[in-house]
Amino acid sequence: MVKLMIDGRQTEAKEGAMVLDVARGLHIHIPTLCAHETVGPYGACRMCMVDITTKSGRKRLVTSCLYPVEEGLTVETNTPRVAAHRKMIIQLLRARCPGNDVLEKMAEQLGAGAPIFPQETSGKNHDCILCSLCTRACAEVVGQSAISFVNRGVEREMAIPFYGDWDACIACGSCAYVCPTGAIKLEDKGGIRSIEMPHNKRQFEMVKCSQCGRYFMPKKQVEWMAKKSGQPVEFFSVCTTCRK
Amino acid sequence: MNKLCSTQELDALRQSIIKKRNVKKTVVNICGGTGCMALGCIDVIKAFHEEVKKQGLADKVEVRATGCPGFCERGTILTIEPSNVFYQKVRKKDVAEVVEKTLSKGELVERLLFPDMNTGKRIENEKDVPFYAKQTRLLLANSSQIDPENIEDYIFFGGYSAMAKALNSMKPEAIIDEVKASGLRGRGGGGFPTGKKWESTREAHGDIKYTICNCDEGDPGAFMDRSLMEGNPHSVLEGMIIGAYAIGSHEGYIYIRNEYPLAVKNAETAIARARELGLLGKNILGSGFDFDIKITRGGGAFVCGESTALMASLEGKVGEPRAKYVHTSEKGLWDRPSNLNNVETWANVPLIINKGAKWFAGIGTAGSKGTKIFSLVGKVRNTGLVEVPMGMTLREIIFEIGGGIPGNKKFKAVQTGGPSGGFIPEKMLDLQVDFDELTRVGSMMGSGAMIVMDESNCMVDMAKYFVNFLLGELCGKCVPCREGMKQLSIILTRITAGEGKMEDLALLENLCNTMKEASLCALGQSAPNPVLTSLHYFRDEWEAHILDKKCPAKVCKPLITYTINEKCPNCGQCIKVCPEQAITAKGKKQPVELNQEKCIKCGSCLDVCKLNAVDVK
Repeated sequence: MVKLMIDGRQTEAKEGAMVLDVARGLHIHIPTLCAHETVGPYGACRMCMVDITTKSGRKRLVTSCLYPVEEGLTVETNTPRVAAHRKMIIQLLRARCPGNDVLEKMAEQLGAGAPIFPQETSGKNHDCILCSLCTRACAEVVGQSAISFVNRGVEREMAIPFYGDWDACIACGSCAYVCPTGAIKLEDKGGIRSIEMPHNKRQFEMVKCSQCGRYFMPKKQVEWMAKKSGQPVEFFSVCTTCRK
Repeated sequence: MNKLCSTQELDALRQSIIKKRNVKKTVVNICGGTGCMALGCIDVIKAFHEEVKKQGLADKVEVRATGCPGFCERGTILTIEPSNVFYQKVRKKDVAEVVEKTLSKGELVERLLFPDMNTGKRIENEKDVPFYAKQTRLLLANSSQIDPENIEDYIFFGGYSAMAKALNSMKPEAIIDEVKASGLRGRGGGGFPTGKKWESTREAHGDIKYTICNCDEGDPGAFMDRSLMEGNPHSVLEGMIIGAYAIGSHEGYIYIRNEYPLAVKNAETAIARARELGLLGKNILGSGFDFDIKITRGGGAFVCGESTALMASLEGKVGEPRAKYVHTSEKGLWDRPSNLNNVETWANVPLIINKGAKWFAGIGTAGSKGTKIFSLVGKVRNTGLVEVPMGMTLREIIFEIGGGIPGNKKFKAVQTGGPSGGFIPEKMLDLQVDFDELTRVGSMMGSGAMIVMDESNCMVDMAKYFVNFLLGELCGKCVPCREGMKQLSIILTRITAGEGKMEDLALLENLCNTMKEASLCALGQSAPNPVLTSLHYFRDEWEAHILDKKCPAKVCKPLITYTINEKCPNCGQCIKVCPEQAITAKGKKQPVELNQEKCIKCGSCLDVCKLNAVDVK
């Protein structure tokens, strides 16, 4: 265990734990957009930056999601410069995805004021802030890597391979679940699951529960689970509610 | 060739090479580097081979295609040994005359000698040419006398003796101590102490450790690493072997830009030759130490010059940087301890081992030791590669070695350190160039690019140029860099179009500050440097763009107008070159008329007009 101080509160944490997680354990709020407990830290949104002072007295600004705790560390989660950078970052994201509810709410919480940059008018970013939560969930949690980033730099987009190859997608919806800005939309209606990503959309056939008759899972996901587990498809024919 | 199994065998080989060469042969060293290649050196080399044979001098003259001597402005370059005659701007048509006069009769071909900038007097010897006279060539010393494809040339000049010394008579810790004591700092940009980096990699846990050479040089106007890798690849290999032995690594990688085909080829050849001689592979020189090197070619992303992005790319992943809170010396390539150094850093190592840390630390300034290679480009007379001791002033580099600004123009600024370096103004020309001084004034050492700008460069436009370069090269992972660069570009475009507001300047400063402090990697953190230094040192130019809607350097097209004055006698030259047919004749001896609506401000009329009849306002 290592001892450290966050916002004036003394605490202990396991070696290797990240500052962000330890702070959250203390109910200290640090805003984030690209962090999620189910996937590894990434450090892209830069919202979680905090000021630290190491035991040896070195002061720096670090991303708390990626910075491992260390003995004698002092963390300040909301210094004036941290607040200024967060405001600037949310302004940049607002310009990218104008009118997004989540970003607007965050801008308000951070006290960012009115937009300062020209707002993207083409709508080409579709609420996607390129946080990579969807691609990381698909790779790290599901293990499918059905979606990824394409192009480099300012041209970067989240998409399925070649913008048209849905083969690896099992329609599980993990991407939509973790998306922080609602850029990926999922709807189940009449035995059809529709997934709408920023640059691709598709409908998937769902299967009915053999007990209650309710549509409960995409057919592709059932087949994938059967294949992964080595069980027959019928093994997964009952919905989670009926299984209880 | 047989494998060498001991230091004695290497020494014996060197002695036999020296003996073999001890005949009084004239050697013609012709640059075979990329710069001269573009100027036709391959034809020149071929012509020399043919002409020497034709004139019956084959027994007396050796023609050698060498590495780059650095004076690219004057290619194709050749030196003749032992007389040290230096010829520049040699073309294929000159070859027969050089062979006939100089090689057979010992006479000079006057017109191929370098003319003194001021007196026009021709200079005979390389060492008297001002471009070379003020340099301290340690790393580049042998490039111009070595055929990079011939390992014997390298061994002749004492090559691999530092490696033999290190492997057979020094403990790894002693090597690290030596490198630490030398004060060598990483030449790739960051300037991190090399010995310290080696030490942490040595101390890191893990049985497999990697040694990596970064040759992904991608800055506009920079070619130091390319030249070293093309011209003297064995010096890099030797450095890597010594480093690998010191940190306890047995696998090495050289990551080279694929856009450097000659560097790739020469590095491949060098590795193959070194392997044949047992200088790479198992049990090097009987020391019991195994080490081998593979080459990986980069895919063309500038960001892959960043160490963690480079390692991701080596792993076959997308070249994206990651946070370095856990150092690559602990978890680098494939999560194993990895030591990455730049080409030039590696090439310094054999010198330090051979001549000692004390000698090395005697060159340079308090915080930066040794020499540094700069690629001196832009508005400077002598474009080329320059190797000088740390601490030389910008003035000496630009005006004495570089020969000053061409066309009687006035110096305005120099950008050091590549596209994310800062602009240094005239009042700081006496700055002593080293890692710390450059950082202090808002620029950086970077890899060593030096771009000189004169009064005809607009500093707002230059800032915009580099912002747009980086905009096309950033990886897109983190928000401040990706979105920030986009906004920087939008604001700069607005200002250069005359639509800027004074509030934009404060906004630029705030945005740059966030990018500097909150971006993930060094690319984003340093990207605002051109904007910030331009704002700081050349604020009047920014204000002129915003308040007066004028571009003082007359570069930004939306802010300038071309007009024809009364000096115009209607010679018709401008009418011919105008791509938009915007100029029409009004009558004999009458000034021509320029249609402002059609004019695209390309400047073609200004270029052809010999009578100063075109005004730009």
